[in-house]
Formats: sequence, C-alpha cells, structure tokens
Amino acid sequence: MAPPRPLRKEKDAVAPERDLSEQTRLMLAVRDSCDRQAFARLFDFYAPRLKGFVMRGGADAAQAEEIVQDVMLTIWRKADQFDPTRAQVSGWIYQITRNRQIDMIRRVSRAMPEELKHEDEHDPDPGQILALEQETGKLKQALGKLKPEQRQMIEKAYLGELTHQEIHAETGLPLGTIKSRIRLGLERLRHELKGLREP
Amino acid sequence: MSKIHHHIPEPMLAAYAAGTLPHVFEVVVATHISLCAQCRAGLEAHETAGGVVLEATNAAALSDDLKADVLALLDIDMPEPPAPKGSGIFPAPVMAALKNRPPRWKSLGFGVRQSILEHGSEGSLRLLHIPPGRAVPDHGHNGIEMTLVLQGSFADETGAFGVGDLEVAGDELEHTPIAGEGEPCICLAATDAPLRFTTMIPRLLQPLFRI
Repeated sequence: MAPPRPLRKEKDAVAPERDLSEQTRLMLAVRDSCDRQAFARLFDFYAPRLKGFVMRGGADAAQAEEIVQDVMLTIWRKADQFDPTRAQVSGWIYQITRNRQIDMIRRVSRAMPEELKHEDEHDPDPGQILALEQETGKLKQALGKLKPEQRQMIEKAYLGELTHQEIHAETGLPLGTIKSRIRLGLERLRHELKGLREP
Repeated sequence: MSKIHHHIPEPMLAAYAAGTLPHVFEVVVATHISLCAQCRAGLEAHETAGGVVLEATNAAALSDDLKADVLALLDIDMPEPPAPKGSGIFPAPVMAALKNRPPRWKSLGFGVRQSILEHGSEGSLRLLHIPPGRAVPDHGHNGIEMTLVLQGSFADETGAFGVGDLEVAGDELEHTPIAGEGEPCICLAATDAPLRFTTMIPRLLQPLFRI
C-alpha cells in the first residue's frame, strides 16, 4: 500500500497566481479588474489563432478579421460570464466564435441555453480551476496522439464541417473526465439552479 | 423534483457545440440543456475540445492596425440585447422562439392543441398540448423527430418521458406516444422534414382518414 500523501491545506495546495495557465490568469485579470494590458496579451495570443481558425472555415482574410474583432470585443464586454471552474479560456472563446460565425451566416440567431447566474464568481475554487486545466492538458495530449485521419475528423467536427449524422458517437477523445469536472463547477451553482433537474 | 432519464445523443450534443444542427433541433437541445446539468456539462466539455482545436490552429498574420482598432473600441459602450429569460414552464430558448409572447394555441380537435413556432424548409418547431390519456400527434414520420416534455408526461413503446426528458425518433421508430394522467402534457417538438400536412391530424384520427 502506498504511504498516505502528506496532508496539505487546500488553500496552500494551490497558489492560483503561480500554478494557473497564463491565459487563465490574464482572463481573470480582465474579468476582475478590466485589465487592458492583460487583454492586449490575450489578443496577441488568440487573435492570430482565431483568424487562422475562421479562415479554415472558409472566410477570406477581411471577413476573418471582422470576426476576430467582434470576438475579441465580446471577450472584453462579457468577461463577467467567464467561469474558470467550468470553462477554459480557449473553450469559452471557441463558443463565442462559433456564435458569431453562425450569426453571420444564418438568418436566425443561434438558440442558446438559459444563462446561469453566479454570485460567488469572485470566490473561485482554485483547486477546481487547476483540475480542469489539467484535464484539458490531457485532452490536448490525446488529440496529439490520434491518427492523422481521426484527428482530422475531430477538427472538421469542431470547425462545423460535419452534420450530426456525420459525427460518430466515438470521437476517441476522453471527454468523460472533463464532463465530471465541469459537473463539479455546476454543482457550485446549484443553489442558483432552482429549475434545473438532476439526471 | 423529477429526474431526467432521456438525454441528448452524443453526436447531437457535439453538433450543437459546433453549431451545425438545424435551428429547430438547436432550440430543442438548448431547452433540454437549460433543464439538465448533465447535458450542460457535456456541452461545455465539447466546447473545451473545440477550444483545444482552436488553440492548436496555425496562427494567421493580422493586419497591422487590427490590434489598435480593437483596443480603441474597448471604451465604446455597446449595450447587448438582454439575454432571453424563461417564463413558467418555458425555459429561455422556448421564450426566445415564442418571441416572448404566450403561445398561440390552435385546436386540432379532442382537446389537442398546437402552437407552431417555426415552419420552413429546414423543418418545423411547435408546442403541443395533449390532454391526459390522448395520443400525441404525429409529424408524418419523415426524417428525425425530437420531442421534449415541458409539463406532464407521455409514454410509448420505448419508455416513459417526464419533464426534461427528450425523445429522438428516426424513420424506423413506429411508436404511439400517449399523454400520462394528471396535468396535460406540453411538449416542444421538432422535425427536420417538411411537414406533410399543413394542419396536423392527431394520430387517433389517422385510421379514420387512412393516412
């Protein structure tokens, strides 16, 4: 039997400023103190990737930059909705980007789930944030290890190039542990979710 | 509080995250997620995966002035339209599809009523109101039907469906859903096939009309 690990107080176990990824720290600075420098650094990291992502979806350079501009401004304006216990910065931006792309293509805007309000957003659980980052790290590795054709299918699916009939149930990505993690983040909001039924 | 037993099939959840579901299905999926923590976590997991793909995308060079343009716009206040809110048994996505107005029920006979929310080449979306013990009207079985219970319940050969439960039926499923006892059953129903009939005829009447 393995010896018990030394007990550490939760608060000491994680020093958010040091252990969290740079993107999460920058996004929290934007959310909590409207930090422009942090926003500028997020721009430097995400805007070129976003442009590449949108152009892979078929947009030309000018259209892509228009979307990049809209998405980056949405990140600034809706920063209070960023919840690091449930989303990575990249996943949050992915969702905003797809919304913007879809709203530009379609006549009707995208149907969205009812938003969840959280009152304790300035008291995040650093352990939960870090755990979600670690799970996302594993997901990144898993994506890197897939066979090229399998990886391509996944990229096509998330770029919005496959219908639900074309997406196979088995994506080959370990999403189960991420779902469990996010569930914990949602539990935190349980008192806000009076209408929410437990499965 | 009742438990949800019938959830969004995984490929539909992934397609919803990627934004490739037809709009009528999107409304049903968004409504289920509004009621179900498990599927909300599933959606957010798919968004995490989408974020991983986004981050792994090769960067494209930006125009010289894009960053300065965006930074200059940070101070400009652009009021966002308020997020739709739910009302009564209708979660926010249903209220958005209703344009924040109450449903305009039309009788289909025998106490069965419907309110059409969308009807086009992409498919149809409607609310159904079925008295206890009555059969749920059929779409005519073309393509895929999604039916989400918002009040009451229904049951068919595949199982029992309560509030929040989602039934996804393909062409192959021959079923006869019957509303449960108690409150009238109110469902949100979508199909991706064009409607066969402009007025829905409840399944009960179908043998009479031989359709």
